[in-house]
Amino acid sequence: MAAFVATGAEIPLKRRLRRAERTRQLKALGLVVPLLAFLLFTFLVPIGGMLWRSVDDWEVGKALPQTVVALKAWDGKDLPSEAAYAALASDIRRATADRTLAVAAKRLNYVVNGYRTLLTKTGRALKEQPAAGEAKAALTGIDPAWGERATWSAIKGAGGPVTDYYLLAALDMQRNLDGSIVSAPEEQSIYQGIFLRTFGIGLGVTLTCLILGFPVAYLLASLPPKQSNMLMIFVLLPFWTSLLVRTCAWIVLLQDQGLINDGLRWLGILDHPVRLIFNRTGVFIAMTHVLLPFMILPLYSVMKAISPAYMRAAASLGAPPAVAFVRIYLPQTLPGIGAGGLLVFILAIGYYITPALVGGAGDQMISYFIAFYTTETVNWGLASALGAVLLSATLVLAVVYGKLVHGTATTGGVKN
Amino acid sequence: MDGGMVDTKKDTLVRFTGVQKTYDGEHLVVKSLDLDIKRGEFVTLLGPSGSGKTTTLMMLAGFEVPTHGEIVLDGRPIKNVPPHQRDIGMVFQNYALFPHMTVEENLAFPLSVRKMPKDEQKARVSRALSMIKLESLAKRRPGQLSGGQQQRVALARALVFSPQLVLMDEPLGALDKRLREHMQLEIKQIHESTGITVVYVTHDQSEALTMSDRIAVFNDGIIQQIDKPDALYERPVNSFVANFIGENNMLHGTVENIEQGLASVRLATGEQVVASAVGVGQAGERTSVSIRPERVHILKGNEDAGHPNHLPATVQHTIYLGDHALTVLTVADNEEFMVKLSGGNHAGLTPGLPVTIAFRPEDARALDPA
Repeated sequence: MAAFVATGAEIPLKRRLRRAERTRQLKALGLVVPLLAFLLFTFLVPIGGMLWRSVDDWEVGKALPQTVVALKAWDGKDLPSEAAYAALASDIRRATADRTLAVAAKRLNYVVNGYRTLLTKTGRALKEQPAAGEAKAALTGIDPAWGERATWSAIKGAGGPVTDYYLLAALDMQRNLDGSIVSAPEEQSIYQGIFLRTFGIGLGVTLTCLILGFPVAYLLASLPPKQSNMLMIFVLLPFWTSLLVRTCAWIVLLQDQGLINDGLRWLGILDHPVRLIFNRTGVFIAMTHVLLPFMILPLYSVMKAISPAYMRAAASLGAPPAVAFVRIYLPQTLPGIGAGGLLVFILAIGYYITPALVGGAGDQMISYFIAFYTTETVNWGLASALGAVLLSATLVLAVVYGKLVHGTATTGGVKN
Repeated sequence: MDGGMVDTKKDTLVRFTGVQKTYDGEHLVVKSLDLDIKRGEFVTLLGPSGSGKTTTLMMLAGFEVPTHGEIVLDGRPIKNVPPHQRDIGMVFQNYALFPHMTVEENLAFPLSVRKMPKDEQKARVSRALSMIKLESLAKRRPGQLSGGQQQRVALARALVFSPQLVLMDEPLGALDKRLREHMQLEIKQIHESTGITVVYVTHDQSEALTMSDRIAVFNDGIIQQIDKPDALYERPVNSFVANFIGENNMLHGTVENIEQGLASVRLATGEQVVASAVGVGQAGERTSVSIRPERVHILKGNEDAGHPNHLPATVQHTIYLGDHALTVLTVADNEEFMVKLSGGNHAGLTPGLPVTIAFRPEDARALDPA
């Protein structure tokens, strides 16, 4: 009987299994389709769009199409050929007439300061297309900048359709005239510092949250249910208030004439106010307060699952409380520390409104600059590139964390 | 130090004196506990859940503080000694093996917190591993072991630092029956070969009977009886112990008189039986007479086995159990009076058949009314 089942019925059995499984999988898929669609349109498509914008380079190619084509063959070593000058003159005249020159001017102005003026000036001065062979003389006559390689390599570099200009700029780097990647001049290098500041604040907030949250999570996990539920309400209370309200409340509390400074002066501890807000201290206080629950909750869920028997076992085996804590309890909370830390850190490096409200000029994080480029200067390319760098840093962290957690996963001593 | 002191120290390892414990200030979980445990002894605390046996163990381990009374370990009161300084090994109900450490690291933990030299740690760990025959699994995590293997590691970990006393809190509760019986023998064997003192908590009476030198039967926060396993079974001192240990039949009645240690008891239905007077003081008291199922005979025809106690009974049904059969009868007001019959003696005992049962007065014990 066994042989018959094993040989004769093997293939149909497998097929039947697949068919049965397929129905089940289709049903399951049907249930998650709405969510998948939602994620696709609200998450993947916008993020993809953002990533595309960080490399998309269409402005110059649209306004100066003939020039871009003419510069294809230019090696960048000397000035371009007469044909390129003629193409540029023709492009500028047409673009001026179409009023499409401004977008290209704005794009080229990122690369070379003053490009906008150069283009509009040239557009105004070029009354008619220069005669054949005289385009170069005409253009350099309008502005000697047309006789410089940098002016031309800017157009070639921005010719599209894709560019690494924004991504490099987001990392304080650029291409020099020879096309190799170099560091940007010091006075233009700000983003590396801002990324460092962002990660620094993120790390600081994460550590503060861990130090403050660990004992709270421990209390939550070890108190009797009645007190523990009460404490949990206090932990969750901030979630019921808007982020903006909480941040503004900190302004009220921390300002020079605020409750804390007034209280300290009333107690005679201070005679003049301590600056607690619109600086790094304020950013740390407000962000830690906002992000604390994200540290406490994962820690709590992990601690709740650690049986008190482990600490008792450690004590019975001769470990003093401190040793038992460090060698037995703490290692078992590591998944919670990792999850909470990662959550808080990732949320923290994306913070915008809190540092904007309670921080000073030197405390703004990368999101502030993303917002600045999106809404103030409408430099979407750079805004997207900064966002892309932030996104990749976050992804790298998530992957590293995933590997670490996977490597140390245990099923625990108790069999279920 | 004089000779008497040395003797006391040598014989008694643990002494509970008037120990009481309450959690809420209203109910005593342990009412009054006096208990001496000798060095090298295997003592089991046996009782239903909530009887105070685990609390007693936890007080000895140092995880609970007695509300009243004193516990002396090795001649030293341990009220102010924290658990980690008591030098007591403990095996927990769910083993409590550290999940983030390998078997080896678990076993080395008590040695490393004692700052033992590394090579001695190694030697001891490998000796412990060979004792539990798990050398090949030294690098595994507890989560990768079966229940029985985890149990053995927990046992080895509690023994590896050579404590003077090992406590076990229902250590076999999570294992299946066959493995449990196997581990009982293994623990017993380790106890005998190491000569270590063991205090064992269980609610399983057969486990207690198999393993222990002495058993303390707990109920309601009080030790009901502490004795060797056979004495506990053969000579229970009260109804609780008689019912808790093994199968038991109870007949309820009133003492008519007591003569030479034998009580004459008039049952509620009018019959009279003679039983050893154990838990009764004087005539007129209510009593419950305890008789073990295997001490009862069913008389055939006019046979007289020389027993003074004869009672009419009606067969209810018979449960066949292979090596023996259990016949359930109605005797006096007890409708579940069990008789253990071996060797096919249950043949012909059809339901409804009136029979006569008989038992010796020394096999019947007049105890406190249950």
